[in-house]
Parts: sequence; structure tokens; C-alpha cells
Amino acid sequence: MDLQTCAADGRLDVQARQLPLRGTPAAAPLNKPATPVSASRPTQACSRPAVEISHLRKTYRGLIAVDGVSFAVAEGEIFGILGPNGAGKTTTVECTVGLRAPDTGTIRLLGLDPQADKDEIHKIVGVQLQESSFPAKLRVAEIIEEFRSFYRQPADVTELVEALGLAGKRKDYYRSLSGGQRQRLSVVLALIGAPKIAVLDEMTTGLDPQARRDTWQLIEKLRDRGVTIMLVTHFMEEAERLCDRVALIDAGRLVALDTPAGLTARARGGKRVRFLPSAPFDDRLLAGLPEVTEIERDGRHVVVTGTGELVNAVLFALAASGVTAHGVQLDSSTLEDAFVRLTGKHLTEKGERS
Amino acid sequence: MRPLAIALPTAPRAAFGKLVHNEARLAWRQPAGLIAGVGVALLLLIIFGVVPHLQESSAQLGGLSAFEVYVPILIAFVIGVLALSYLPGPLVSYREQGILRRLSITPVPPSWLLGAQLAVQACLMLATVGLLLIVSTGFFGLSAPKNLAGLALAVVVSIAAMFGIGLVIAAAARTSGAARGLMAVAFYPLMFFAGLYVPVQVLPSALRGISHYTPLGATVRAIQYSMFQGFPPAAPLLVLAAYAVAFGLLARRFFRWE
Repeated sequence: MDLQTCAADGRLDVQARQLPLRGTPAAAPLNKPATPVSASRPTQACSRPAVEISHLRKTYRGLIAVDGVSFAVAEGEIFGILGPNGAGKTTTVECTVGLRAPDTGTIRLLGLDPQADKDEIHKIVGVQLQESSFPAKLRVAEIIEEFRSFYRQPADVTELVEALGLAGKRKDYYRSLSGGQRQRLSVVLALIGAPKIAVLDEMTTGLDPQARRDTWQLIEKLRDRGVTIMLVTHFMEEAERLCDRVALIDAGRLVALDTPAGLTARARGGKRVRFLPSAPFDDRLLAGLPEVTEIERDGRHVVVTGTGELVNAVLFALAASGVTAHGVQLDSSTLEDAFVRLTGKHLTEKGERS
Repeated sequence: MRPLAIALPTAPRAAFGKLVHNEARLAWRQPAGLIAGVGVALLLLIIFGVVPHLQESSAQLGGLSAFEVYVPILIAFVIGVLALSYLPGPLVSYREQGILRRLSITPVPPSWLLGAQLAVQACLMLATVGLLLIVSTGFFGLSAPKNLAGLALAVVVSIAAMFGIGLVIAAAARTSGAARGLMAVAFYPLMFFAGLYVPVQVLPSALRGISHYTPLGATVRAIQYSMFQGFPPAAPLLVLAAYAVAFGLLARRFFRWE
């Protein structure tokens, strides 16, 4: 994340001034660019997190849905929550936006408590819920106008409606919309109040690949304007493309929290390079490098596993001995592999993937 | 979730107008309520109006004609149908569909949607009651109401009482089907005591006594008195006010937004 996203633009400034900073220790005026705590940790570039969840626990009739989850989302970050069905993702989201009260643990959104400061929270947080519907006999434009009237400083409706491909549907009744169109409408309604934090629960489920990519583009545009986005998703591609960091949740617990690349690397115990050497060489040439953990031979190919600047280290060591590496391939393991490795489960049914 | 409570406005007031507008559109586009309530009442009124025999005053009915007896009963019918059926129906389905829950995470509290629904229903009731009175005085020779203020007061407390009962049905019913069942259970006995099937005047005195303490029976009594005699007695007005308060509190206690 680049530091400029912390400096809210003019439109956000106005909202920020209206926000009472009740119970906020970091009461730095929001309309001033925040000083980065540490520029080297991109996720801490702003002075306080947009979303802060600590030791969240929620049970339903003795069944543990969320069991001690903690994480913080930086302002302007796109934060993903991944996990299999029933992992506690939706419960986490519902507690975050104040729809459910946690059993224990604390939640703060820009310093506000979703239970105690509901009124303020509703003005600055836009939510898309998994299951929501609207009256069958209202037209799209009528539903949008209604929700727009709820906010004192709404977003640009035309832009939102076009970005989500609903411009041609404004006059259609809600009941005539397809599942994907209803889904896109609920994303419009989540963003219509120009929220500072958007919480989206499976926003692209049921969308065709093109609509999904359009939605991603919109989310990236919002992030560039400084909106913080918390995204529950099923789709690895979505998490990899959009998220600055991803929380893996399984059985109510936080299993891992890292960048998508970091998770992928962690899951397979490092990076992997595969190449065809121009001349035979002794394994010891590479085995001595601090970056290398394992060397395998696959016919004439060599596969090196390791960490850090593995590719550079290997190529440099080879070149120093007069060996050229041909056809260098970096392992293309995905977040999905990471997920399976970390949870022992598959994230989605195969048929569900795009 | 919070129990039923009227929240102070933190959202733009214009939002309430938008909610009312959309609820009115929905009522217009799903006209079952209009047809069952307004249409049926108007049709019955016209039938009673054109049968000459029903215009003759009858000693059995206390000197009134059958037509004159039925005008207040049809007014009670309109208030009853709309409040018991076309108020709980949408509210329960909004709860089922998660619309009230979705509203609870916007600056507009879901109680505003309930308020919008009440406003639309109240307007429909008042317009229909007005229409029934205009048609019966204009076309069927009904004399103008003796006490218009008393009549207006009777209609307003009756609407409040029936809204209370309708909201209790909306609070008790988890599904739209259950709401329809409860509506039928409440509606037909209430209409019996209002005199829809047999005018109250010809009921045995024990049943007539019960009728005075039912909401639609008290409605008919208060309206009939203000139409033909003068300002209605306190008893039916107090009965209606008691229903409004008691059922309003029950609804407030038990209504759930999700």
C-alpha cells in the first residue's frame, strides 16, 4: 500500500470531521495525513487500524463459531478472509458490523465500538450481506434511490451503477433480476453511502467471470481512494488479485495471516526454481548457499527449493562456475495449495470455481 | 436486536419520504390489498345501496335502514382488513427476506420502514373511509354525519387499535403463512361482532354485550353514534384506546427485526 492512501482525499475529509473520536486513544485528526509508524511494514503505514479485532469469540447454543480470532486491518487495505464453509467467516463479519454481539473480545472500527456506537458505525461502514433480498416489485432505480437517501454524503450513483453493469437494468423490477444482477445490486447498496470501510461477504459469488473482473476493478479503484475493504471470499483468484493480506480461518480459528504471496510461499516451505543447466555441475555448488534448502534432479532438469532471493542466488552461483540455466521456471503453486496445506481441506467444490 | 422502539432521526428525514413512496408503490403494484379491502367494501356498499328494500327503515334496527346500519360496518371492515392482513403481511415478509436486518446496518433504523408501512396503510384507510361516506351520501341518500369530529375521532382510535392488533400478529408470526393464519383467526370473529353477518342490533343481548368490548364492535358503535346521533359516548372510544395501548405495548415488547 502506498502511503498516499492514508491521506484521505477531500471528500473523505469532510466525513472524517463529523466523526466523533469517542474512546479513541489515537485521537489524531483524521483530516491530517497520518504519520506512518513504520514504512517498512506496509500494513502499518497508517497510525491506527481501520478495523481491529481482538480475541473475538462467538458461540451459538454451545457451538463455537469463532474462537479467539484477532487481526487488524490497516486503513486503505484490502483485507481478505478465506476459509471453508462453516469456518466462522460470516460470523466474524456480522460481529464486525454490529449485527451480532460477540461473547467476548473487542472490535473497533476506526476506534468505534460496533455495539455502543451503532449510529456512527452505520454512517461510515457499508455492508454487503450474503443473504439479502429486496421487495420483488420495486425497480432497481427505486431501491437505489431509497438507500441513497439514507446517507448525507452518498457516492456517485451513476458511476457505481455503471461499474457494476446495472445501467441498463435501472427500470427492471427486482424480481426479474438474475442472481448475479441481484448480487451486483447488493454491492451497489453496500457502497452507496461512500463508506470509509466496506465489508463485503462473498461479493462475486454467482457472478460470471467478466462481471467478477469488473467488480475487482471497482474495488481497486475504491482502495485507491482510501477506502478500507474487508472481503470474505471463496475465490483464490480473487484473494490473489485483490488482497493486500489474507486471513485464513478454519473451524473458528485464525490459521494464518499473511500476504497472498507469503501464504503461498509458506505453505510449500519456500520457493522453488526449476531449470535446465547448460553443463553438469556438482550439487554442492548450490547446497552451500544459505538460500537453498533442497536440490532435486528430475531427469536433466534441476529443481531447487529454498527461501529469500533464491533465483538470484542460484543463477549467480551457477554463472560464477560458468554454468547457464536454461528454461528457468518459478514454481506456480497457488494460494489454493497453501490453503489445502494449512487447513487440510479444499476451499470450494470443484464445480463452484470459475 | 433491539425491541420495537421509535428511534430518533440520525438519518436524513428525506429518507422517510423515500420509504413511504416505495411502500406506496408496492401497495399499488400488489393490489390484492386494495381489491380485498377497498374494492369489496365499495362493492358491498353499492349492492346495499341499490336494493330498495334495504333503504327502508326498520324498527328491528332501531329505526335505521339496513343500508344505514351497514355503512359503519363496512368502514370497520375496511379498517379491519387492511390492519390485520395488509399490515402484518409485508412486515413479516420483510423480516423473512432479511430486509429489516439489512436496514439495521444503515443509518435508517428498520422502525422507519414500519412507520412508512403504517403511514401508507393509514392513508389508504382514511381515503377509503372518505370514499365510502361520499358515495353513500352522494349517491344513496345517506344524511350527512351528525358529528363529523366525533366520526373522525372514532375512525382514528379504531385505526390505532387495529394497528396494535396487526403489529402483534406481525410480532407473533414467523412466516407469511403463519401471519395469514393468525389474520383469519382474528378477522372473522371480529367481523362477526362488528355485525357484518348479522347486525349487532338483532343479536342476543349477551352477544351484543361482548360486541361492545371487541375492537370492531366498539368501532361500529362509535361510528354509528356519530353518524346518526352526535358525539359518541366515552365507552367505545375508551375500549378502542385501551386496545391500542395494550396491543401497542405487546407489539413493542415482542416484535423482532430478524
